[in-house]
Amino acid sequence: MARAALMDFDEALERFDPVIGLEVHVELNTTTKMFSSAPNPANSAFHGAEPNTLITPVCLGLPGSLPVVNGTAVRYSISLGLALGCEIAPSSRFARKNYFYPDLAKNYQISQYDEPIAFDGSVEVELENGRTFTVPIERAHMEEDAGKLTHVGGSTGRIQGAEYSLVDYNRAGVPLVEIVTRPIEGAGADAPALARAYVSTIRDIVLSLGISEARMERGNLRCDANVSLRPRGEQKYGTRTETKNVNSMRSIERAVRYEIQRQAAILAGGGTITQETRHWHEDTGTTSAGRPKSDADDYRYFPEPDLLPVEPTAELIDELRAALPEPPAARRRRLKGEWGFTDLEFQDVVNGGLLVEVAETVAAGASPAAARKWWTGELTRVANARETDAASLASPAQVAELAALVDEGVLTDRLARQVLEGVAAGEGSPREIVEARGLAVVSDDGALIAAIDDALASQPDVLAKIRDGKVQAAGAVIGAVMKAMQGKADAARVRELVLERAQG
Amino acid sequence: MSDLIRLSAAELGAKLASGEVSSVEATRAHLDRIAAVDGAVHAFLHVNEAALDAASDIDRRRAAGEELGPLAGVPIAIKDVLVTTGMPSTSGSRILEGWIPPYDATPVRKVREAGMVPLGKTNMDEFAMGSSTEHSAYGPTHNPWDLDRIPGGSGGGSAAAVAAFEAPIALGSDTGGSIRQPAHVTGTVGVKPTYGGVSRYGSIALASSLDQVGPVSRTVLDSALLHDVIAGHDPLDSTSISDPWPSMAEAVRRADVSGLRIGVVKELDTDGFQAGVRSRFHEALELLERNGAEIVEVSTPNFEYAVAAYYLIMPAEASSNLAKFDSVRFGLRVTPEGGGTVEQVMAATREAGFGPEVKRRVILGTYALSAGYYDAYYGSAQKVRTLVQRDFDAAFANVDVLATPTAPTTAFRLGEKLDDPLAMYLNDVATIPANLAGVPGISLPAGLAPEDGLPVGIQFLAPAREDARLYNVGGALEALLVDRWGGPLLNQAPDLSTHELKATEEGVV
Amino acid sequence: MSEISAEQVAHLANLARIALTDEEIQHLTTELGQIMQAVEKVSEVATPDVPPTSHPIPLRNVMRDDVVGDTVLTTEQALAGAPEHDDTRFVVSAILGEEQ
Ligand SMILES: [Mg+2]
Ligand SMILES: [Zn+2]
Repeated sequence: MARAALMDFDEALERFDPVIGLEVHVELNTTTKMFSSAPNPANSAFHGAEPNTLITPVCLGLPGSLPVVNGTAVRYSISLGLALGCEIAPSSRFARKNYFYPDLAKNYQISQYDEPIAFDGSVEVELENGRTFTVPIERAHMEEDAGKLTHVGGSTGRIQGAEYSLVDYNRAGVPLVEIVTRPIEGAGADAPALARAYVSTIRDIVLSLGISEARMERGNLRCDANVSLRPRGEQKYGTRTETKNVNSMRSIERAVRYEIQRQAAILAGGGTITQETRHWHEDTGTTSAGRPKSDADDYRYFPEPDLLPVEPTAELIDELRAALPEPPAARRRRLKGEWGFTDLEFQDVVNGGLLVEVAETVAAGASPAAARKWWTGELTRVANARETDAASLASPAQVAELAALVDEGVLTDRLARQVLEGVAAGEGSPREIVEARGLAVVSDDGALIAAIDDALASQPDVLAKIRDGKVQAAGAVIGAVMKAMQGKADAARVRELVLERAQG
Repeated sequence: MSDLIRLSAAELGAKLASGEVSSVEATRAHLDRIAAVDGAVHAFLHVNEAALDAASDIDRRRAAGEELGPLAGVPIAIKDVLVTTGMPSTSGSRILEGWIPPYDATPVRKVREAGMVPLGKTNMDEFAMGSSTEHSAYGPTHNPWDLDRIPGGSGGGSAAAVAAFEAPIALGSDTGGSIRQPAHVTGTVGVKPTYGGVSRYGSIALASSLDQVGPVSRTVLDSALLHDVIAGHDPLDSTSISDPWPSMAEAVRRADVSGLRIGVVKELDTDGFQAGVRSRFHEALELLERNGAEIVEVSTPNFEYAVAAYYLIMPAEASSNLAKFDSVRFGLRVTPEGGGTVEQVMAATREAGFGPEVKRRVILGTYALSAGYYDAYYGSAQKVRTLVQRDFDAAFANVDVLATPTAPTTAFRLGEKLDDPLAMYLNDVATIPANLAGVPGISLPAGLAPEDGLPVGIQFLAPAREDARLYNVGGALEALLVDRWGGPLLNQAPDLSTHELKATEEGVV
Repeated sequence: MSEISAEQVAHLANLARIALTDEEIQHLTTELGQIMQAVEKVSEVATPDVPPTSHPIPLRNVMRDDVVGDTVLTTEQALAGAPEHDDTRFVVSAILGEEQ
């Protein structure tokens, strides 16, 4: 693939004003699917099921099958709409979006078209640099997910060049809420960071509502980013591209930044932008051209005749509104105070998209300082190395368990880092990994004393210095003992014992 | 001809209950009849090999003293639009040839739970698109009154099976008249219940907002008994009505038209209808009037637009409902020569698997929904639907039921209208308004047209949820007419066994 | 408005994924023109003041409880009717277009 010419980001921003629009799909974690009583794989209870095991005739679009709306999915959608500051439609309807694709069992998607359940909202988003934006929400609508295709043959595992494809309909019919922003103007150079912070805020919201697992790497949260540029001073929007399915927080930022640079180079060279979908490539950090918009996009929407209008009562809306958790911005202010973090420490957490993780880790028993340390330290480091999000590597419960092991003296910080690597590799819970890898601190003094005596015996000069009162000389012995114990010892205890034995 | 096959379902049910006859005997008699005459009629696409097992199971349960319903042990034919476990379900289409569904449609499940014995699946226009059963991918069904004529459609198979005594009773489906118009041309009874009265779960959809499953029989009481079995709320169909239903069979048994106000739809009592159809219609009304009913003329000015609205809404919904036939999860797959992408395989499969009428309607429906045309076509048709409902509301403010001839003509000849879709579509002019408005309708025999000796039906329509009114007026009229004829109309039908012999000798079959 | 061209019919056939032959397209172009002319009549009475009706019997808020039902299929049942499968998934030939 020919690499597109890019304009320097700062230069691009000098010449052009970026306008972005974000579409976020949230998979709800209901027990069953949107229109079928099949188990929902976006609920952790059914995660990892074998292909084509979570299906009813409805999920397969078998002739004669009919959809029935999941009442809980509707409640979740209303709650989400309210949390996004939206109006809830007194009457909303489902519609069919018609297009042929092998992962779409009926060859139409049941979605909402002109009457979405929620509309006209806004979300307050805080950036790394402290700037605050109000992102306008156009609508949030309910729909169903499609199945999953696996492309076989060819070299890439991608759709191009594949010989055939396999279809698993487990995901077909998973309840989705699609949140669509209005065009976001005025972010300027902050546009990429705003895109990331917005998705991070949406993630905070759905997690605090408890309506989605919100794991980006599992596709629970998916973002399409629309980007267009217009010359500075111009009012009219430029032609936009839609970069599909950008599947981590950091990729959202990178993808928007890349599109700005790519489009700027084209426009500056006198070219025009094609309205098209583009694909994000995580490995190269680039986008490539996909399907151009065409009249094949005639989706022939019409009201879904198999389903009836959803007309939530004012009482239901009031009930759900009363049950809403704190808005993310207010919650941040409160947590910052409760945790006693400095501005810098708190920003670290927020920018890492780790607020919910830290909060849940604290709720699971860890101290705020320990929770922050593990999430923004080691886990973020590993995540960056793997080009993924820290939240995908461990659960808050696992991190809290790790912190407890350190507090109990079972692990040193160094051992704890090794255990975290195991957690990130999916080897199990911290306690299981300590057990399996034999990583616990050796707290048996007998074993330590034997090692210390060996070390002292082999370094008589050091022993003499200690006896002379030069206590800092003990460092060499402690080092030798820690090495002999393969690091599985508490250095403070070793020091105590070294001094004790040296005086012995 | 065995006497068993001439019994009504109610009569057969009584003999089964008293132990005079076993279900195995009754089932065997009908299977024998199918073997004897279906070569000529071609009402069945599939005969159930498990029928005798199901029958003997019922006999065993009855012998064990189990409490069984009034139709337990009675054989039944099932329109192939309904999915069935253990029997192929094709909806009359090549694209579903041989497909055996993993589940039963709700009406089929209810029929089985009532102890009825499925005899097999009946022929129909492909995906229920037609009024003659000539659009079946498996060849036409022949009208038992005249084998050269159409049995109506789309449910010609169910109507012909009942008229030819191959089954005492059957299930049908009615999107624009597919139960009532076949009843009209075969001298049988058919009922389209209130939309939502019977579950659509497992009925292969033609047009979701119009389809309704209903009974097909030789007597009004039989339809009522079957209606009582299949009606009721189904949580698997969102459009299913949850209100409780009164017994339709009770309505027939207590039939009484004294004081009943019957509205004659002026717009459907015109020269556009065959003379014999109109004369039998008016004789029936006079008979009802003489027995205490009041006949009132009503006007429904927007019915004039019903056929046009129907031929926008139905193909539009059908074009979407039929998109699932794509060669991926079930049914036919045709791969173009030299292979092809999945898009090409889908297009080749649908080209080979759909017949001309299906393609015509899918393209028509795609057009009606496409960008820039929606408001003019589909949107406008939905407005006409509102107007037709208003006509019904205004009419029912003054009368209890409406009456019309069921269809403009008696059975026409096979092939006669095959090349003229617009003429074919006009067959449904009197039946379509009920589907657009969701109201229930019945067609029952009114006699034979003097000019051609073929059956003529009369249709009654009632307000939504008032299906029992149809059984009241239908039951009363049937009793009066049978009395006048000296027996059921079908007693005047030709003896098929001689037809069948003749046909075989001439090599027609 | 009832003027329909063969190109339009070919486009509709593409949207509807039916590989119509040229002959079929010609035939349908004529027929569709006639049918549309007949059904266009709806616009005579479909004035702006008339609301559309999409459901003959108006119901609303028909929902089910979020509980796994008894219609869940086994993989064998799910695959039984498929033209091609690999015992766990449905097999289709190569895909040209991209997902929407
Ligand atoms: Mg999108
Ligand atoms: Zn969407």
